[in-house]
Amino acid sequence: MRDVAIIGIGMTEFGELWEKSFRELVAEAGVRAIMDAGIEGEEIDAMYIGGMSSGMFVGQEHVGPLAVEVAGLEDLHIPATRVEGACASGGIALHQGYISVASGMYDIVVVGGAEKMTDVAGGSATNILASASDREWEAFFGATFPGLYALMATYHMHKYGTTPEQLASVAVKNHYNGSTNPKAQFKRKITVEDVLKSPLVADPLHLLDCSPVSDGAAAAILAPVEVAKKYTDKLVRIKASAMACDTLSLHGRERFDALPAAIHAAKKAYEKAGVGPKDIDLAEVHDCFTIAEIIAIEDLGFVERGRGGPATEEGITSLHGEIPVNTSGGLKSKGHPVGATGIAQLNEIVLQLRGEAGERQVKDAQIGLTHNVGGSGGTAVVNIMEVI
Amino acid sequence: MMGVARYWREIPQRYNLIGTKCSVCGTIYFPPRAICPNCRRKSAGKMEDYKLKGTGTVESFTIIRVPPPEFEGKSPYAIALIKMDEGCHLTGQIVDCNLEDIHIGMKVEACFRRIQEDGKRGAIYYGYKFRKAKE
Repeated sequence: MRDVAIIGIGMTEFGELWEKSFRELVAEAGVRAIMDAGIEGEEIDAMYIGGMSSGMFVGQEHVGPLAVEVAGLEDLHIPATRVEGACASGGIALHQGYISVASGMYDIVVVGGAEKMTDVAGGSATNILASASDREWEAFFGATFPGLYALMATYHMHKYGTTPEQLASVAVKNHYNGSTNPKAQFKRKITVEDVLKSPLVADPLHLLDCSPVSDGAAAAILAPVEVAKKYTDKLVRIKASAMACDTLSLHGRERFDALPAAIHAAKKAYEKAGVGPKDIDLAEVHDCFTIAEIIAIEDLGFVERGRGGPATEEGITSLHGEIPVNTSGGLKSKGHPVGATGIAQLNEIVLQLRGEAGERQVKDAQIGLTHNVGGSGGTAVVNIMEVI
Repeated sequence: MMGVARYWREIPQRYNLIGTKCSVCGTIYFPPRAICPNCRRKSAGKMEDYKLKGTGTVESFTIIRVPPPEFEGKSPYAIALIKMDEGCHLTGQIVDCNLEDIHIGMKVEACFRRIQEDGKRGAIYYGYKFRKAKE
């Protein structure tokens, strides 16, 4: 297998982007990544685009040729594949792109993700997102997506004593980080009190424990390290890319205080990369709900099982803490256009590893990790990147 | 979201809690499975229907305050992860009690209830919910 580098990144602003269509979002992120890499369109060998449900959100499937068309690459007839794994779709696009370059099949590959979620009414968005859960055995009975994470939160609080204030501290930290990110949907700081005073969505999760509904797209350009040297001096290598699946439903899992797929993907990624949790300088994790970040930092081994809440409250994962988590603002503040999220996480890690993160730059960042989850944990993708 | 045929296919499970039992290792599954994850290929064609007793324990719960469109006007309602006495877990509503009385470890039993309907004149879908078990 060949070593794979990221030679370009690009993303749109995330938010309620009424003036921009799904197609325009795909174009904007893709063009930015291509410009950043300094490549010509005809050098592109293939594309992988993550998207959860453009079919239900904007009535458009068949996203591969849409991406080829907006990039003006139809004369080259390059293969473009849309991949789907709910909120992990972007991470899977990266994983597939990595495999195709590492294997020697392709040299220059565009990986991306896009979602346009605000063209439907709020209730429809809830319903579409519920399709990431088990429609027949969870959603049918009235379980919502926040509801499934709320079940994990109640369980975690009962087992480890995690508190609502600790959950809120995840949102406070991520809003603080997002306030310095020009691409973020919410650039305002909040307090623990703001979170606890916001309306309950599914007990114990308040509105401000939840990531928003967002529009946005993100892209990155992959190339074998040998080829990458032609384009850039700031080489960021993918040290490992691992994906794992579990049952579709939460109730089918072996445990409810962790995401076994994420534990498994992390183990595979650490083994492949030859590093451990202590070697990671910063991470972008899947904080679709505050409890999800607490479980994520436990699953990734940054803190002991059950210590996620107190550790967040103590500032271990804050911008200048031992292991900064979600320096971009995370899904919570940056926004969560579901299909784009995995690639947006990669954008942040590459910015940080290149030393281009501005106000929120983590000092001497050498190794970064992304953790992208689909559904209530049915899919997980963990990638580890390093400066070379 | 639900077509009538799709609903009809699931009536045995939803009305009567019919799951499956692996005749190789004896493990009971609900919702039903075609393959036992313990025995895998050895279990192919050897999964038998198995009716659950309907009693279990609350492992976790939440109160849904923002419902999906099909449950508009029904919130707040409780959703729980329930460990059935046969060892399998499922997701269902808890009814017939004050929401604040629901707790982890609470013993519950299945009851047959209306779950949702397709608008004002559409099909009405029934299935299991749970209530506090009789002592």
